Amino acid sequence: MADTQVYKYTPKDFKSDQEVRWCPGCGDHAVLSSVQRALAELEIPKEKFAFISGIGCSSRFPYYMNTYGFHGIHGRASAIASGVKTANPELSVWQITGDGDALAIGGNHFIHAIRRNIDINIILFNNEIYGLTKGQYSPTSTKGLVTKTSPFGTVEEPFSVGELVIGAKGKFFARTIDTNIALSTQIYIEAAKHNGTSVIEVLQNCVIFNDGIHDTIAEKEVRDDRTLILKHGQPMIFGKNNEMGLILEGCRKLKAVKLGENGITEKDVLVHDALEPNPGIQYMLANMRYPEYPVALGVIRSVAGPTYDRSVQEQIEGVKKTAKIKCMDDLLKSGSTWSVG
Amino acid sequence: MGKKSEVIEREEVVIRFSGDSGDGMQLTGTLFSDTAALFGNDLSTFPDYPAEIRAPQGTVGGVSGFQVHLGHSEINTPGDFSDVLVAMNPAAIKANAKWIKPGGTIIYDEGNFTEKNIEKAGYEKDPIAEEKLESYNVIAAPISSMVKEALKDFGLDPKSVLRTKNMFALGMVYWLFDRKLKYTEDYFEKKFRNNPEMAEANKVALRAGYYYAETIEALNPTYKILPAQIAKGIYRNINGNSATAWGFMAAAEKAGVELFIGSYPITPATGILEELAARKDLGVKSFQAEDEIAGICTSLGASFAGNLAITSTSGPGLALKSEAIGLAVMAELPIVIVNVQRGGPSTGLPTKTEQADLMQALYGRNGECPVVVIASSTPSDCFHFAFEAARIAMEHMTPVLLLSDSYLANGTEPWRIPDMSDLPKINPPFAKSTETPFLPYKRDDIKLARYWAVPGTPGLEHRIGGLEKTVKGTVSYVPENHEHMVKLRAEKVERVADEIPDLQVFGGNSGDLLVVGWGGSYGYLITAVRELQEEGLKVSLVNFNFINPLPKNVKKVFSQFKKIVVCELNMGQFADYLRIKHQEFNYEQLNKIQGLPFTINDIKEKCIKIMEDK
Repeated sequence: MADTQVYKYTPKDFKSDQEVRWCPGCGDHAVLSSVQRALAELEIPKEKFAFISGIGCSSRFPYYMNTYGFHGIHGRASAIASGVKTANPELSVWQITGDGDALAIGGNHFIHAIRRNIDINIILFNNEIYGLTKGQYSPTSTKGLVTKTSPFGTVEEPFSVGELVIGAKGKFFARTIDTNIALSTQIYIEAAKHNGTSVIEVLQNCVIFNDGIHDTIAEKEVRDDRTLILKHGQPMIFGKNNEMGLILEGCRKLKAVKLGENGITEKDVLVHDALEPNPGIQYMLANMRYPEYPVALGVIRSVAGPTYDRSVQEQIEGVKKTAKIKCMDDLLKSGSTWSVG
Repeated sequence: MGKKSEVIEREEVVIRFSGDSGDGMQLTGTLFSDTAALFGNDLSTFPDYPAEIRAPQGTVGGVSGFQVHLGHSEINTPGDFSDVLVAMNPAAIKANAKWIKPGGTIIYDEGNFTEKNIEKAGYEKDPIAEEKLESYNVIAAPISSMVKEALKDFGLDPKSVLRTKNMFALGMVYWLFDRKLKYTEDYFEKKFRNNPEMAEANKVALRAGYYYAETIEALNPTYKILPAQIAKGIYRNINGNSATAWGFMAAAEKAGVELFIGSYPITPATGILEELAARKDLGVKSFQAEDEIAGICTSLGASFAGNLAITSTSGPGLALKSEAIGLAVMAELPIVIVNVQRGGPSTGLPTKTEQADLMQALYGRNGECPVVVIASSTPSDCFHFAFEAARIAMEHMTPVLLLSDSYLANGTEPWRIPDMSDLPKINPPFAKSTETPFLPYKRDDIKLARYWAVPGTPGLEHRIGGLEKTVKGTVSYVPENHEHMVKLRAEKVERVADEIPDLQVFGGNSGDLLVVGWGGSYGYLITAVRELQEEGLKVSLVNFNFINPLPKNVKKVFSQFKKIVVCELNMGQFADYLRIKHQEFNYEQLNKIQGLPFTINDIKEKCIKIMEDK
């Protein structure tokens, strides 16, 4: 019999009784709110959600969710979440992490979870700084950023989250801005529905140690001109008056152009295909940076593929079908044995 | 087959097969052991191989050995000195010369004692003479040329022909010990099911060796080891890693939960992961993680989700898992961490045995971080202690560190197969949906175990994690709460002592000397102590399996002996631990840090010396 029960939740049902302790004005508040909205719309029984986190400001997230939650150790949330999901593929498993937690100390687990395509949803809060330790540079800090551990500016190239995800054979990558609750909610819903590892990069503001780091693109007055909200099957048009578009120049390079200039019309503009397995254009989209380009938001890549957790389950079921050994007693007595007395 | 001119009945005998790491010595030894076991001998085996898969050919560093100790009476160790050495090259003589019993038999492959190989092994001309072994029963068998002759009609390439040398040698040893060839022949039929020619070639080489030995009668006298008097039942040979893996599967079945192993390959623990990965038929979920940390963290995730969670490793891997063990202590989730110890520190001696991770197991974490520590003591009892480790982990909601070692992991012995109905049921304290609101750190009064609320169960949504909590699961930095929780977690582990068996004394309950051991040294200690007892000395043995908490009767047992000597393969870690836990006694020490087990002589000499000292 099909599950006919209707799960009617409101965002409030996902709020725990814990006092939220992030700094006033921190972008995390908005992310929490978006996630609670998304969960309310998913029609998944509340007891099937598990939120797993590592260490960092964002990793306190599970305490504020009235779901199953496990606050882990620094960098290891991908591994813990992988274990939860493999043990019970029926759960909806969410990993909450940050740029330091996922990309520095947890880099190895992050890429391998993605490579395996375990069906977990990873929300990566990217504020380009270490907040909980009070302001050191992170693997996503712009080169040259002056912080407490880089008083003369960093000399390191930063990671681009999308590039790393695609390089690790990622099949779902999306980007949003903390304060854009409507877009974020929609992305979390899509991520939840995607089978496989979903990585959502949230451009999140740290109000204390890196305040305004995303303002160049996220401020209300400029965001329409400096971001491109991608929708599968829709032309890549942006700008306050939808006057800008993206075209492919010489088959190798994206270019932001003004519609109507140099004979370019809407027909010349690229149409977003998030489902295309070949990541070429998605890769270029994920790497667009202002001011040369608008920053791409929305679901950049969403490709179907077998998941680790289901494959493990199917392999076990397949072997069991023809197996001679059905229980421990069978195993104990199998193979080479002999009798005494 | 053949008649023997003189047959000597022996209580026990030790045989060592030794050659290049590519010579197939492990297989040869295993086939011989299985044949002996089927005949009804008690036995114990020990493979001793280099860390390199193919160390330089012909060098001492590349020697791979397999020792079998079989007997008519109880056998607890693979033996110190061999009665028979099979040496496939000069390097094998070099590696083993001092481990042959005076007057013992040496069979060597004459064809492989070339000038070049002799030199590679570090000899000038004649290894036998240079080691002063001429008075031994030395048989220079032309093994290489004999197999070439025997297989000349097979049309095999020369490499394949020479690969059967080990079977020729095995055939000789079978004749020497009056064993049947059938089991080994059946093995070839099965192994080379799709290559009947190879099966036949191996059989021919085996028989050629057997008949060669009979013909030359150089192996005179031959030995006869009657079957051992052992308890009735169905038996199989098992090594420590397999027994450990099986113990976990048995525990999962008895608890009615799924088994999950998250692990990263590391010598000598890999066998546990491999064994469990093969058991999809029993529903085992094996996760080969990207590193040691992910090994334990995936397991912790699985534990949170309601599986019996295991991670297996060796010393360097345990170091990497330390932080996550702390998380398991704090989250109070059941998990078993198996540490198959090897020589350390750092990469150390990856294929050699040692017991030097005890302090790491007990204390190697930040904060007040107690876990249950259990040590297996024989290859086959790895099953029992893995089962117990899993039972305690689940019923007490605590991480358990199970110590094995390279010697147990690879050693085999016959094991009386238990019936699953003889094993106790395991009752994990699962929280019920009706117990709302669920308080994650509420405990039962007796064990102090918290309840296991599995995601997916309606109404039990809760949060746990590495931060200090109140009983409700609320993060708390209140000083008194932290102290309270630290003490509760310690007390919970202490209370495991309420249900572990008393320390068992082998020998009289009082006497001049108590030999104390723990874990894998048991076989050597019991053999030495038994021999001392037969010599009339008032020596007894206790061997610890439960290290933390210790059994409750330690003081009572220790107080009945004039002297105590703690024997272990490290610098004295257990002795130091006993000095902390039971300061009232004086502990003498016997330590060995050579990557090798004790010898019976090591132990006996030390015991006699201690008893003689006033």
